[in-house]
Amino acid sequence: MDVFLQQLVNGLSLGGIYALIALGYTMVYGIIELINFAHGDVYTLGSFFALAVLTGLGVAGEVHGPALIGVVLITVLAAMLCCGLTGVLIERLAYRRLRNAPRLAPLITAIGMSFILENVMQLWRGPSPVAFPSVIPNPTLHLGSIDVGAKQILVIVTAVVMMFALQLFIYRTRLGKAMRATAQDRDAAQLMGIDINTTIALTFLIGSALAGAAGFISGVYYGTTWFFNGFEAGLKAFTAAVLGGIGNIAGAMLGGFLIGLIEAMATQYIPQGAQWTNVVVFSVLVLVLIFRPSGLLGESLPEKV
Amino acid sequence: MKRARLAAILPFLVLPLVPLLDRNNSHIDFLANAGAFIVLALGLNIVVGFAGLLDLGYAAFFAIGSYSYAMLASQQFGIHIPFWVMLFVASVIAAIFGILLGAPTLRLRGDYLAIVTLGFGEIVPQTFLNLTQYTNGPNGISSLDQPSLFGRGFGFSATPYYEVMLALIALAVFLASNLQSSRLGRAWMAIREDELAARHMGINTTAAKLAAFALGASFSGLAGVAYAAKLDLVSPDQFQFNVSVLVLSMLVLGGMGNIWGVIVGSFTLSFINGFLLPQSTNLAHAMHLNLDFTNYRFMLYGVILVAMMLFRPEGLIPSRQRQAELREAKLDPALLAEEQAEYTGGAR
Amino acid sequence: MAPLLRLTDVRKTFGGLVAVNDLSFEIEAGGIVAMIGPNGAGKSTVFNLITGVYEPTSGAIDLDGATLCGLKTFKIAARGVARTFQNIRLFAYMSALDNVMTGRHSRMRASLFDSLLHTPGQRGEERRVRERARDLLRFVGLERQADDYARNLPYGGQRRLEIARALASEPKLLLLDEPAAGMNPKEKSDLIELIRRIRDTGITVFLIEHDMHLVMNVSERIAVLDHGEKIAEGAPEVVRNDERVIEAYLGRESTAPH
Repeated sequence: MDVFLQQLVNGLSLGGIYALIALGYTMVYGIIELINFAHGDVYTLGSFFALAVLTGLGVAGEVHGPALIGVVLITVLAAMLCCGLTGVLIERLAYRRLRNAPRLAPLITAIGMSFILENVMQLWRGPSPVAFPSVIPNPTLHLGSIDVGAKQILVIVTAVVMMFALQLFIYRTRLGKAMRATAQDRDAAQLMGIDINTTIALTFLIGSALAGAAGFISGVYYGTTWFFNGFEAGLKAFTAAVLGGIGNIAGAMLGGFLIGLIEAMATQYIPQGAQWTNVVVFSVLVLVLIFRPSGLLGESLPEKV
Repeated sequence: MKRARLAAILPFLVLPLVPLLDRNNSHIDFLANAGAFIVLALGLNIVVGFAGLLDLGYAAFFAIGSYSYAMLASQQFGIHIPFWVMLFVASVIAAIFGILLGAPTLRLRGDYLAIVTLGFGEIVPQTFLNLTQYTNGPNGISSLDQPSLFGRGFGFSATPYYEVMLALIALAVFLASNLQSSRLGRAWMAIREDELAARHMGINTTAAKLAAFALGASFSGLAGVAYAAKLDLVSPDQFQFNVSVLVLSMLVLGGMGNIWGVIVGSFTLSFINGFLLPQSTNLAHAMHLNLDFTNYRFMLYGVILVAMMLFRPEGLIPSRQRQAELREAKLDPALLAEEQAEYTGGAR
Repeated sequence: MAPLLRLTDVRKTFGGLVAVNDLSFEIEAGGIVAMIGPNGAGKSTVFNLITGVYEPTSGAIDLDGATLCGLKTFKIAARGVARTFQNIRLFAYMSALDNVMTGRHSRMRASLFDSLLHTPGQRGEERRVRERARDLLRFVGLERQADDYARNLPYGGQRRLEIARALASEPKLLLLDEPAAGMNPKEKSDLIELIRRIRDTGITVFLIEHDMHLVMNVSERIAVLDHGEKIAEGAPEVVRNDERVIEAYLGRESTAPH
């Protein structure tokens, strides 16, 4: 039982990162029906940007005291800003022109962007995993026989807070309403005077910024980063978005945590589980897309004849 | 019509003579490898170019073809099916998997279909990696049976493999072009244009799509056997996502749907990969520049994909139909209504 | 003798909406029958039910006495039902000739093996089908546009091409969904003549149309649908003067004496 609960905690922190990445996938898909393949790499880019800032600030290990807040804020904001801009740039350069093209064209373009980003990062920091400073002290809380690290709590809390913030934004602000309108009916939204280009750019900005934050958190949590992280993490986060219901923000959160849990449980309970987690998660992806493509929280939309 | 066919056959009469003219084994080796990828590209072209099914996990079938050879023609299990028979056996095995992995995708929309194939494309090599007792895991299977013809083994020279690849390419071109101008080829085009209308023509769209997956996969079965035999090693890292993307890039570059376009695209990328990048690196080193262009390989694929999609989605050598399709807006009911209004308004 | 097409108490609901309400209807072989009714009456739905795009919620649809219910669209097409669509559904980037050749798909015998190897049998069949396709294009007056992309044909030409494509399978029953939409008067009178010529080849024509003049002119029998129900049926003159029909089209006010 204790093992189970321990894995529960592990799974939730793993899932928190996936959830943050999944939010970006689901937002972009919701608004322009594009699977932004490069999104996972924007997440990795977040950790790279964060690493650059931390190196610049001279941070090599943990930071203690009030300086910690400053360091974290600067780094997170820098990562989010840089990633957000990267996302906007990618959309402007690569995806905007293909908005009315057959659906496969932007998907292929997205794959191309993903490859470019990965290569850039490989050239930036080399082909091997790179060490990432611990930054945040990580005392362990002992709840009975379960060990919960401070960082794990941080990940989970951050993910949940971000989701609530995003929900508030989408449902309580004008810009958020514009995003929802554009997602539902682009032409009608345009006729209502909504600037589609800005709205879509904003979607990419927010989604990519969240991925950037996830990148920072991931670096801090795992103590390492690698140019190729984004491919796998991206696919798993996409699985999470689909599982929860693509286009649905709460769904991305739910899906993220679920995938994290599935991974943790698979590692624990399947013999030689660590090897098979990818197969398990990708199988979930395949199964969800085949049997319930609308996901857990999405509505099934029949095809119109 | 006859002139076109002659022009098509001519290369296959001339190219086998190349090893006589160029004695450099590494050149022939490169050509043989490039040949395998041409066969792969022709296979993927059936799925993506003809039938319009975006398969992002094509490397999985390449893996199945290669591992079939590794398991049925080596010391691994003590089974030694001859190379020439394996060509047939592996293409059948791959075709079966084509149907198995294709079937679940049939009711999915284009981008979801792509992602599911990507999922399978990850699951298959990962499975080969994990089933260590059968596949030797990350080390892969080596010491594969050497192919032989009329009692003479292929040996270490690349030339016999080169000739085999040429023969496979000729076969692939023959079959693919036949398919394109056949009842099935038209059915694929119709499905791509308007699946609902295609059904009303009596086209069994499910069977047609499965046929595309099966036939496309069978080509990679052929390529897989020949490549495995040549490399004398089969390991999971040969079949990662980047291989699927590489083959897709060949199609995007050359011209999806157009057989000769695909061959040109495939060879061009192989050339860049296997020749241009390493030679440029050598040149840079000779000029005392510490640049390794082979590290830019994936950026190159990426740039090709993005640039082609933005500026020339129909490819370098397009099929006429694709060019029209991708350049103009599709037949649009709203557009029609507009024209309709014009007609009825004017006629009064 | 069994009617060619028989609908028996066919009902189709979409969630709470009843699109077709206990419709019973028969068509004898070898004639021209029309279905009319205000917009949204469920006419295209009936076509979609016949060709298997939808399955009836209840009721039966039979062709030559054999049921069509539960059959997939491609099988129904092979049984001899062909159609055109309200919003033209041609294969836009295939030539007119290829469109018509594709129409013949269900009658072609080339197997996968034949297609892979271009066997003499396959080549002969392709030749014959191509010839026949040209004949059909001639039949609808499009022989000179054989190699044009369907998309590039003028509007009226596209409608005629769709008909040629539907005829390619030698159907027993031809469903025409608003074939005259968007046509000018000359094209419409040509269409009437074309429909008659089709009927003369032995094909039964069942059409949906809004142009009353055309419908009254070309049909032998008319059924009127309103809100998914058949409200009248019979010869053109009868239907034209039926009170319920007038009311359905024009609303209650029309029954007031002028």
